[in-house]
Amino acid sequence: MPDNSTNLKLPIYLDHAATTPCDPRVVEAMLPYFTTIFGNPGSRNHRFGWEAEEGVDKARHQVAELIKADEKEVIFTSGATESNNLAIRGSAIMYEKASEGSGKCRGHIVSCAIEHKAVLDPCKRLQKEGFEATFLEPPKDGIVTAEMVKAALRDDTVLVTIMYANNEIGTINEIRQIGELCKSRDIIFHTDATQWVGKMPTDVYADNVDLMSLSSHKIYGPKGVGGLFVRRKRPRVRLTPLVDGGGQERGFRSGTLNVTGIVGLGKACEIAGQEMASDAIRLGKLRKKLEDSITSRLDTCQVNGHREKRLPHITNISFGFVEGESLMMAVKEIACSSGSACTSASLEPSYVLKNIGVGDDLAHSSLRLSLGRWTTEQEIDYSIEKIVGAVKKLRDLSPLYDMHKEGIDLSKVEWAHH
Amino acid sequence: MAYGPKIIDHYENPRNVGSFGTQAEIKQRKDVGVGLVGAPECGDVMQLQIKVGKDGVIEDAKFKTFGCGSAIASSSLATEWLKGRKVDEAAQIKNTMIVEELSLPPVKIHCSVLAEDAIHAAIEDYKAKNGIVAESPASAGSKA
Repeated sequence: MPDNSTNLKLPIYLDHAATTPCDPRVVEAMLPYFTTIFGNPGSRNHRFGWEAEEGVDKARHQVAELIKADEKEVIFTSGATESNNLAIRGSAIMYEKASEGSGKCRGHIVSCAIEHKAVLDPCKRLQKEGFEATFLEPPKDGIVTAEMVKAALRDDTVLVTIMYANNEIGTINEIRQIGELCKSRDIIFHTDATQWVGKMPTDVYADNVDLMSLSSHKIYGPKGVGGLFVRRKRPRVRLTPLVDGGGQERGFRSGTLNVTGIVGLGKACEIAGQEMASDAIRLGKLRKKLEDSITSRLDTCQVNGHREKRLPHITNISFGFVEGESLMMAVKEIACSSGSACTSASLEPSYVLKNIGVGDDLAHSSLRLSLGRWTTEQEIDYSIEKIVGAVKKLRDLSPLYDMHKEGIDLSKVEWAHH
Repeated sequence: MAYGPKIIDHYENPRNVGSFGTQAEIKQRKDVGVGLVGAPECGDVMQLQIKVGKDGVIEDAKFKTFGCGSAIASSSLATEWLKGRKVDEAAQIKNTMIVEELSLPPVKIHCSVLAEDAIHAAIEDYKAKNGIVAESPASAGSKA
């Protein structure tokens, strides 16, 4: 049994889509910037400022290289949430088609129902302020296609914002085709690439992206720092800033730069550029083992979302007839996420799973497992045993599993809703 | 969620798991009352079964629960409390007693309510099968 292995450290972290540990090489790069190189890069008249600026410039270059952008096109922010807000609000207001208070629609936005809240909520706020928005509902495979976007476009569409890859199920949208479509119609295209950048090769020009959000702490960098790609040519994209002040970051984002964090993000991008290809192959194999073992040993479980078009390190599995929170309790040695309502403050199961047509019952019983740079095969072997054992144990407790085995159609039972 | 030791104990070592037969078999058994409450979409379903002796005392109780740790613990505790009680005494078990015994956190109070509902449903099922009118205490009256 893997339980007896000597060097297996518990609990096992399989929640890398939530956050990742800092790579020690990143920490090392950051350390001098806390103490010796502490200057404000805005201080143009002395050595302390120049050295800090050099650190920031290097990081900007490292980020730009990873996404094949020009370094002048990278804006540093406090994280992908801020990047998304700046991109969506900043562009919608800059490019609006009717003035506020005119009584006319200020412009139309296309997004998707399974985006992260950091995209949905800024869109919804703009709706309250006079914009109109369409939230596409992807089919069961979870993929947003260019065709779906095309059907939603209007003459007054000012912005399309579609995530690169989904954070709950890992599915990858048709970003390049959507970019091409938006370019042909002169519509600003933003993509939230939080889960994508640093994991898979990115080329903002080949993808025809105008704005792209990225995060540091998802790619083994520190928390509290992120970036926004803002295209400077064909077209030069302008934004209305959210924060006014000292005019840093080309005026898009005022405030003294988080130099240590930015240096960390830069280093994380450099390492990702070197290692993401081999990480992706290794993690893809481990995930295959995890999924194949679980689905071959347990009946009535399903992997959610498209099986091929998805990130290699994320899997989202629903286990029929067991509930997510009790499943997480039973596998407490594994740190992961669940779509279960009982694990969230809202008491609602995952809106992502609901939207792609996973029934409420299966949404309640889902686990998201996300692998990372230091995930080992031994950890995966251990997790397989734990999860299979836990599901079997809970099914022994489940009246629904009994009824299923007796051939009772659970959807036809009259349940006493409460 | 950080649970108290009693919930963890019932969750990890649930008491009286099982049933007295398949759904079809149980429907036929007059000595067994079944309470099935909740709904899969809500994330919890409890099935509580009581086996009642000729003297009107609950000889045995079993449960199966689909739900969170608190729901499993609440139904496990309910089976412990049901055993040895007279049917009408069993009806007096209140959800607040379960909350107190397990130290259920406020967001999990609905689990105890569900357990109380399951107890009442099982008793009603037993009484209906045996033609006992809801209010009158254990006297095997003629069929209503």
